Amino acid sequence: MMAAGGADVDAGAPGSQLQPWERESAAREAAEGVKAGTCTILDVVETLGSPLENADPQMRARGLQMLSEVLLQCYSLLQEKEVTHLVLFFENRLKDHHAVIPSVLQGLKALSMCAALAPGLAVSVLKAIFQEVHVQSLLQLDRHTVYSIITNFMSSREAELKSLGADFTFGFIQVMDGEKDPRNLLVAFQIVRDIIVKGYALGPFVEELFEVTSCYFPIDFIPPPNDPHGIQREDLIASLRAVLTSTPAFAEFLLPLLIEKMDSDVQSAKMDSLQTMNAACMIYGQKELKDFLSSLWSSLRREVFQTASERIESEGLSTLRALSTCLSRSVLSSDDEDLLDSFLRGILQDCRHHLCEPDMKLVWPSAKLLQAAAGGSLRAYYQITKSVFPLLVEQYNKHLQSSQHRTILEVLLGFLELRQKWGHEEEDKSPLLCSKDALCSMVFSALVEPNVQLQLVGIRALTFLGLLQGLLDLPDMDRLVNSLAQFILHEEDSQTSLAAMEAAGTLTPFYPEAFSRCLVQKLSEGLQSELREDSTQFQQDRCLQALAAVSTHPSIMKETVPVLLQHLQKVQKGSTQAGVQSVVSVCQSLKQMALQCHQNAQNYWYFHQAVVPCLMGLAVQAAMQENTHTMLSKVLLTEEALSAMVLVISAACMYLSPELAAQSVSKAVPLFLDGELSFLPGNSFPSTFQPFQDGQRPVQTQKKLVALLMAFVCSLPRNVPIPQQDRLLRDLLALSCSSDCLFTATAAAKCFAGLVNKHPAGPQLDELLGAAMDKLEQGLNEGPHRIQALTLLLWVSKALLLRYHPLTTHLTDKLLMLLGDTVLGPAVGDGFALLMADSPDVLGKSCHADMRLMFRQRFFTECVPQLVQGFHTAAPGVKANYLKGLSHILNHLPKPVLVTELPTLLPLLLEALSCSDHVVQLSTLHCLQPLLLDAPLVVSLHVDTLVGKFLTLTDSPAMAIRIAALQCLHALASLPTPVVIPYKPRVIRALAKPLDDKKRLVRKEAVTARGEWFLLGTPGR
Amino acid sequence: MVGPALAPSPAGGVALENANPLIYRRQGERPVTAREEDDELPDAIDDREIFDLIRSINDPEHPLTLEELNVVEQVRVKVNDAESTVSVEFTPTIPHCSMATLIGLSIKVKLIRSLPERFKVDVHITPGTHASEHAVNKQLADKERVAAALENAHLLEVVNQCLSGRP
Repeated sequence: MMAAGGADVDAGAPGSQLQPWERESAAREAAEGVKAGTCTILDVVETLGSPLENADPQMRARGLQMLSEVLLQCYSLLQEKEVTHLVLFFENRLKDHHAVIPSVLQGLKALSMCAALAPGLAVSVLKAIFQEVHVQSLLQLDRHTVYSIITNFMSSREAELKSLGADFTFGFIQVMDGEKDPRNLLVAFQIVRDIIVKGYALGPFVEELFEVTSCYFPIDFIPPPNDPHGIQREDLIASLRAVLTSTPAFAEFLLPLLIEKMDSDVQSAKMDSLQTMNAACMIYGQKELKDFLSSLWSSLRREVFQTASERIESEGLSTLRALSTCLSRSVLSSDDEDLLDSFLRGILQDCRHHLCEPDMKLVWPSAKLLQAAAGGSLRAYYQITKSVFPLLVEQYNKHLQSSQHRTILEVLLGFLELRQKWGHEEEDKSPLLCSKDALCSMVFSALVEPNVQLQLVGIRALTFLGLLQGLLDLPDMDRLVNSLAQFILHEEDSQTSLAAMEAAGTLTPFYPEAFSRCLVQKLSEGLQSELREDSTQFQQDRCLQALAAVSTHPSIMKETVPVLLQHLQKVQKGSTQAGVQSVVSVCQSLKQMALQCHQNAQNYWYFHQAVVPCLMGLAVQAAMQENTHTMLSKVLLTEEALSAMVLVISAACMYLSPELAAQSVSKAVPLFLDGELSFLPGNSFPSTFQPFQDGQRPVQTQKKLVALLMAFVCSLPRNVPIPQQDRLLRDLLALSCSSDCLFTATAAAKCFAGLVNKHPAGPQLDELLGAAMDKLEQGLNEGPHRIQALTLLLWVSKALLLRYHPLTTHLTDKLLMLLGDTVLGPAVGDGFALLMADSPDVLGKSCHADMRLMFRQRFFTECVPQLVQGFHTAAPGVKANYLKGLSHILNHLPKPVLVTELPTLLPLLLEALSCSDHVVQLSTLHCLQPLLLDAPLVVSLHVDTLVGKFLTLTDSPAMAIRIAALQCLHALASLPTPVVIPYKPRVIRALAKPLDDKKRLVRKEAVTARGEWFLLGTPGR
Repeated sequence: MVGPALAPSPAGGVALENANPLIYRRQGERPVTAREEDDELPDAIDDREIFDLIRSINDPEHPLTLEELNVVEQVRVKVNDAESTVSVEFTPTIPHCSMATLIGLSIKVKLIRSLPERFKVDVHITPGTHASEHAVNKQLADKERVAAALENAHLLEVVNQCLSGRP
């Protein structure tokens, strides 16, 4: 028999006999022919003539399929006349044997995509399909083809289809009625949504259309395992919800359905109903909701009063809010009743009395419902609070216990917080204004009750009252600020005073005068009070903290910055008896202020100009006076104080715009290179400032201030030019390798590294690095400054590693070699932590360092094989250094990378656990712990060793190691039960000992771990 | 067996005895002090530490902890580290609570699993807060009954559910 009917379709290959599998390529060839213009589609039809008219339906189907395939490839080239012929042909074929229908539909699908479709044909095709095809008895794929034809026509022939009127809608209802396949449903839902949204006539078929879609609600679909189509339950839910909530016309059918499903016992049905209701509120008005409000309310009320799940409760509340919004939005005609009013009255009636019950049992559910209803609109808020505020005041006065007071105040707080939603509006005649006095006295009375929790709620309530501008008058505001001041200065509980500071910081931008008058003054007085006893130091710290916290408004900042700087000046002059701690506290406050004000460029610039020169000036002065003056001035030069100043200067520079930064740095660098003092305020400098010149002791002290220079130049944006950069870099390089003082050398090395990291590539950088390499070789080999040289090596390696500089490999090799050094080895091992960690200062993101995303992985792949090899060949005395380096690298790697490398590394890590070095043990434990959870398969192979080693380490003399070992044991319990169950008795027995550890933190971990092992393999776990 | 009082299970779909309990605020995590972080100084086992062990036990009926239901309170926990004794009073939410023994058993099991063996653990109902206070206390004090109860797989399952962390 002839396979494909001798499809002699190509003029180029007449008479060739085609095998079935060649049909596709024949179709492609025919299509090519049509595209190339060597034949027309009618030629193709004619050539296919015999199979198309064959008596065997199978043969006809093949012929039609072939034609459809050709059409699918070249439908865009067809002429209008050809299309008309083909459409009529295919329509006619719809009446043919059912076996040919799929191929016919394919052809119609191709034709539905033709631009050259004559007017009227779309309607006629659809009519034919509606009439001749029983869609739901077709296969899934063929049903999908029908939907595609409809979708195509809807997007290209909308007007034509609309001329069909409601018949189109009815036709489609019949097409999709009974559809079961999720893939087809997604398309069908989309079509229904388009029918509604694009305004096709629904005619008398609204209910039918609702029925044919709503029968799937709530969606109950679990995708089969390994489903290649990836359709999730959520996709169907969202798609159906879009249909159901697309028109208010469905309301009368949808609302009873939703209420019925809300009342069901199935949690997912409840959830879906609530969410759908929520979405429906977006388009409904009072007309649609009118008849259903009371049933909706009783269903929602039940979900909150008898809550079974937190998710459903919160969804219920959000639906209530949506209802309230919907009712508030509706436009009323003159004779309509305002349903919002009666709806809220009902809610109040059902909830009010619970607020008044003496045992206060249902206070919270009621308050939540009331707040949700009030959250619908400002109008709803006013109506609810008009009744609730007086009630809360009354209840507050009636109850006596502070826990009851707290509950009532928390409810009030919720309402006050809610008011923020609508922004500022005239509070004229609002319930808040009417109850203002009573509410204020209630909140103020809470503040004086001796209960910290109550005070905390009171402070938050005050904050919200304060945020409602125009509510509080001047005396109220003064009272508020004074109460906050009282808490800040005199409250012993740090939680309360912190909350008061936070409140002050929030409110300052709104009432700068009041805070300046009542708080800032008191704080600066508190700071100036002479230190008499220990307690005053504590109070001074409070004042410093508070000064920083309230500096959230430019005008306040201009008052507080000088107060803090004066305090430092006094320390420097020795006129106040202050220790390092107070310098550090001042610096912390200054840093916080810098970070608070950086968004406002003008304030930030003010802060920079006021603070940076002043701090540098104080330090320079102290360094010059060092040997002449009292011991006191030394306070500023301690490493602790300098480090604190570094943080302030860095914070005051990192957000500068490039222009301002360039302006400022052009004065700061000459100060250090040439002793140019004009950058500093004041002019009382007794001697010269030459930190980079060699000299005697006073100059040694001056050299420490390089740390301040580092904070400045290394925090600037990358494109800011540093004046005399080359000279500066060479001076820093020399200093870093020659200073006896480690602090100085480290600061110089970091400064050098920070600048090198941002230095543009090119011969200048190469030359500079060449000089650095020479210095390093020299310094590392011999002499008194090997540690300094190593510090420089580590920082430069980090600077180059971050930017993927080619020299990195060379430096890494050097570090790996030094791991074998008996003296420097341990420090090198620790240094790997520095290389891998995020740098908080000079090489960090905030300092605009040039940092590539994957530098850790890069270092890992380059370095670890050598490290492992080095470990195996190293002398026994230095093996620990390699393990230390390795565990630092692994600790900082992203987990996914680690998990893939684990099989090769695990043996080494197990070895590291037996290493006697505590740092190695600890960092190995930290590295292993997350892997135990993430790579159970690999870990399971070594479970025997792991259990043993971890148990041994629970006896370590170091607390941190005992804790980490117990955490690892806890993690082991999450391995597959059959793997770990054999160890259960042993672990439980062994963990009895750490239960009696002398340290509480260890006991806590032991309890958790042991508890988990007890649950292993038991029912109810 | 411990007797019928232990038998009812919350999973049976029976209506809750106390459907709307008053919910109390949870205490925050105990703040870690500098002293606790010092490797050398010993920390005695104190009331708060014992309370932290039991406050997160789940109630068999509600998705709430014993602390949130005020069944256990720190003031009703007494420990003497030197003499190795612990005493815990718990307060059922309602006087006829049939879960009282089960709650007591959960507390007891949690303490036995979490404390060094040297401790003598005493768990009983806050006097005057439960109808069959005596009977429950007697059951909880009877070592053999407790041991027997834990061999009952169904009971063990309920107790373990109370003791495992929130889902």
